Amino acid sequence: MREFAYARPASLADAASAFANGGEAAFIAGGHTLLPAIKSRLRMPDTLVDLAHVAGLTGIARDGDRLWIGAMTTHATVTGDATVAAAIPGLARLAAGIGDPQVRNRGTLGGVIANNDPAADYPAAVLALDAIVETDRGSYAADDYFQGMFATALADGEIVRRIGFRVPQAAAYAKFRHPASRYAVVGVFVARFADGVRVAVTGAGPGVFRWADAEAALSTDFSAAAVKGLTLDDGDLNTDIHASAEFRAHLAGVMLADAIAAA
Amino acid sequence: MQTRLTINGQDLSREVAPATLLVELLRDELGLTGTHIGCDTSQCGACNVLIDGVAVKSCTLLAVQADGKAVTTIEGLATGDTLHPMQAAFREAHGLQCGFCTPGMVMAGIEIVRRRGPNVDAETIAHDLEGNLCRCTGYMNIIKAIEAGARMMGETANA
Repeated sequence: MREFAYARPASLADAASAFANGGEAAFIAGGHTLLPAIKSRLRMPDTLVDLAHVAGLTGIARDGDRLWIGAMTTHATVTGDATVAAAIPGLARLAAGIGDPQVRNRGTLGGVIANNDPAADYPAAVLALDAIVETDRGSYAADDYFQGMFATALADGEIVRRIGFRVPQAAAYAKFRHPASRYAVVGVFVARFADGVRVAVTGAGPGVFRWADAEAALSTDFSAAAVKGLTLDDGDLNTDIHASAEFRAHLAGVMLADAIAAA
Repeated sequence: MQTRLTINGQDLSREVAPATLLVELLRDELGLTGTHIGCDTSQCGACNVLIDGVAVKSCTLLAVQADGKAVTTIEGLATGDTLHPMQAAFREAHGLQCGFCTPGMVMAGIEIVRRRGPNVDAETIAHDLEGNLCRCTGYMNIIKAIEAGARMMGETANA
């Protein structure tokens, strides 16, 4: 790979400083998106700032109606964590379906959320579970955080500290996964709260988005029957070598029904 | 960057360029060529090694990220001339043909036992091999080998 400098800070302040002084710098969490991007020269950082040793970026805790998960928590940890399983079992199942076991041992929640790949799984959970994204500078509601393909509300050098998921009455994720990459061709996360239902779709469009028609129908009647025949408008969806927009629009309805059944 | 690792039980301290992948350190600098590079895109699992006992893809990890940790490669599994139970099971069950994927498969098998225990069933093994590609065997003997290796690891642990 192209050479770069490497910093291993132990605190958020030192990480921010290393980033600011690192030229074209990038934070590395699990590295399972960033390192392939550097290999293929999609990214050419001067400095990598490793967040693995920064204090305060791990840990899982329930606090009232929020489940807080540290940014550097791996998918494997979320998959097997008893607090997650008790509060939001659908979130643990989502984590268990990311990549493969070796990838889940390295990949992190914060890394996924900071990168915001349009076919990643976690953004659907963060958005549907009305989460708070807390950073070293402040916090964002999920509705304001995701801003389209690989775009987020994060400023340059801003570090995700932890994610606070709102604990639902019921929730589940269903994805039609690409058999080779294991990314979502379409993934739908459904979350039922006392004050309504939230539905988020990933993989289908240029970034994760909420599905207003499905939310309205399910808030009245949380059943597959309530959304039978409902499809997305394919005008805004992706067409690529894997699937057409029309196929993704159809799949979204199928995944929605699967998620409702699993919730 | 000065980096300290334990590799197959031996302490190592050396200057490592930050852009060096762990698999490059192992193969190109330390001559441990049992760890293979298949796809180099974190799909095939031929480069699996254990870091503090947990399987990772060494093509998608910088050597400097493993600083302070214990790395186990395929060369570090056997005790003298005695194969690790998972290695012995691959030989017994003929869990390989060309052998290219085998080091990564053995590591994946050990990882499966770590997470699922020695009584893991064949269906779970097949599912948990989703991060390992073999282009020869059709996987059936690999699954049999891991199942047998898991049982042997259980017996060894209880012995």
